[in-house]
Amino acid sequence: MPEKTEKAKWSPKRLVEAFCNRFRQYKRRPLSLILFLLVTLCALITFAVLLFLLIYILVLGVPNLTPSLFAWEYNSENVSLLPSLINTLLLTGLSLIICVPLGIFTAIYLAEYAKRGSKFVSVVRITAETLSGIPSIVYGLFGMLFFVLYLHWDYSLLAGAATAAIMILPLIIRTTEEALQSVPDGYREASFGLGAGKLRTVFRAVLPSAIPGILSGIILAIGRVVGETAALLYTAGTIAELPESIFSSTRTLSLHMYLLSSEGFHTKEAYATAVVLLILVLGINFLSSFVAKRLMKKQG
Amino acid sequence: MKQRFRETLFQIIFLIAATASIAAVLLICLFLFVNGVPAMAEIGLGDFLLGTKWAPQNSPPSYGILPMIVGSLYVTAGAIIIGVPIGIFSAVFMARFCPKKLYKILKPAVDLLAGIPSIIYGFFGLVVIVPFIRNTFGGMGTSILAASILLGIMILPTIIGISEAAIRAVPDSYYEGALALGATHERAVFFSVLPAAKSGILASVVLGIGRAIGETMAVVMVVGNQTRIPDSILKGVRTLTTNIVTEMSYATDLHREALIATGVVLFVFILIINLCFSLIKRKEGSK
Repeated sequence: MPEKTEKAKWSPKRLVEAFCNRFRQYKRRPLSLILFLLVTLCALITFAVLLFLLIYILVLGVPNLTPSLFAWEYNSENVSLLPSLINTLLLTGLSLIICVPLGIFTAIYLAEYAKRGSKFVSVVRITAETLSGIPSIVYGLFGMLFFVLYLHWDYSLLAGAATAAIMILPLIIRTTEEALQSVPDGYREASFGLGAGKLRTVFRAVLPSAIPGILSGIILAIGRVVGETAALLYTAGTIAELPESIFSSTRTLSLHMYLLSSEGFHTKEAYATAVVLLILVLGINFLSSFVAKRLMKKQG
Repeated sequence: MKQRFRETLFQIIFLIAATASIAAVLLICLFLFVNGVPAMAEIGLGDFLLGTKWAPQNSPPSYGILPMIVGSLYVTAGAIIIGVPIGIFSAVFMARFCPKKLYKILKPAVDLLAGIPSIIYGFFGLVVIVPFIRNTFGGMGTSILAASILLGIMILPTIIGISEAAIRAVPDSYYEGALALGATHERAVFFSVLPAAKSGILASVVLGIGRAIGETMAVVMVVGNQTRIPDSILKGVRTLTTNIVTEMSYATDLHREALIATGVVLFVFILIINLCFSLIKRKEGSK
């Protein structure tokens, strides 16, 4: 092994000289050396923790992925995660139906209609910022008090979805607004110049070219809902069955994961569920950054 | 005529949509306070906030949440002690030390860290960190230390992301000026660039505090949930957030309202932290 590293170090002569120079510099300046080592070490720790976490869950989880985990019906014997997985998709879809139009319309108002520096706009911004800082357990409490008890929706798909919708609203508003703002003014001017009204300009000229940015925000929001637990525990309920209507209680995948690991009887299944959840969420995040990257490329 | 009507109609629709977030904040405040404040009044604000005994099942029951407030503060402080130095140094590495090729791997890695759901962190803490502490230091393992380590990891992406942006926003002339005066790369970064990025880094820490104090599902699995004021970091505590999660499923009447009141206290903490964050950001903006 030492031969190989020596070869890699010695072959480009310049690199060695630079390395030696640097080392000589450090020799005279111990503080700089310490700082350099500290910085590198911390970056290494961050990276190592991530890697360890991913590999640990994957290695212990993948062997436990058995077909019975994907059985159509849940019972305490097979601890199937399929109903929870489907519930997760339903709940996420429903929350998007509630939240996306609201978020996009808000962003359109903020970016296209509102006058700069108006009081109303700053209030909207402050509240959106406040919403994004509220921890999910507070959303869960609110959802329980408002949707479940006050509106009598009980523990239901709808109550969970509505709670999740409020939670991701600030994210959708912010990403959509950024996407709208990055559309060059030339698009708007050209559209106005051709005689289009404001509304037509927004829907036909501005919105289409902002779609990749909006999409990447929506995908990010999906990731948040899929991974959410605390806000859904006391709104969506914990019943691991396929819902009959939007008013039946459901259990999402992360809730399933929480219940499995806090019960402590099904450790193997918990590992397997963790793998499915992890892959789902990370896949969604990758998709989001992929969409965002394509957008950047297109804009040049 | 028809077009004018449509224009105004949609403008009004957009305006109404824009009020949604205001309505949401107002509703959240209203419902939390209406349900929580009467309980605080009934228990007595002093007994509630400063009472050291939480025993809702006793008769007469006592509802003191001081152990939870202390627990939240300890766990958050621990997370800051662990997460902030590592986070800031990592941000420095990514902004000023990292070769471009490595950055292309590191940046998505940090994003990944931010994307992992808290329940997975909690599970990881339960199966890795807790046994590790149990085997090295003894005790149950579920402890302030376990929660602090886990939260320290969880706030890393927040701290790295915002700090890195702040460091990158410092004009190059700061760095070049320091180099011209004979400083090494490290000295230039640490004593010239970093002080200039101070307020952005502070903002990242404040946001990290907010995330740590509000985290629920990861903490509930590793913190032990004993309602006591701990005398060692190897003892279990209960935080404000975990108090709500563990007891809400079976709580009734005043007990339930006391839990909601716990949520109110948490909410007020978060509002204060958010206020600090936006003050720091505004100060930075005006500079």
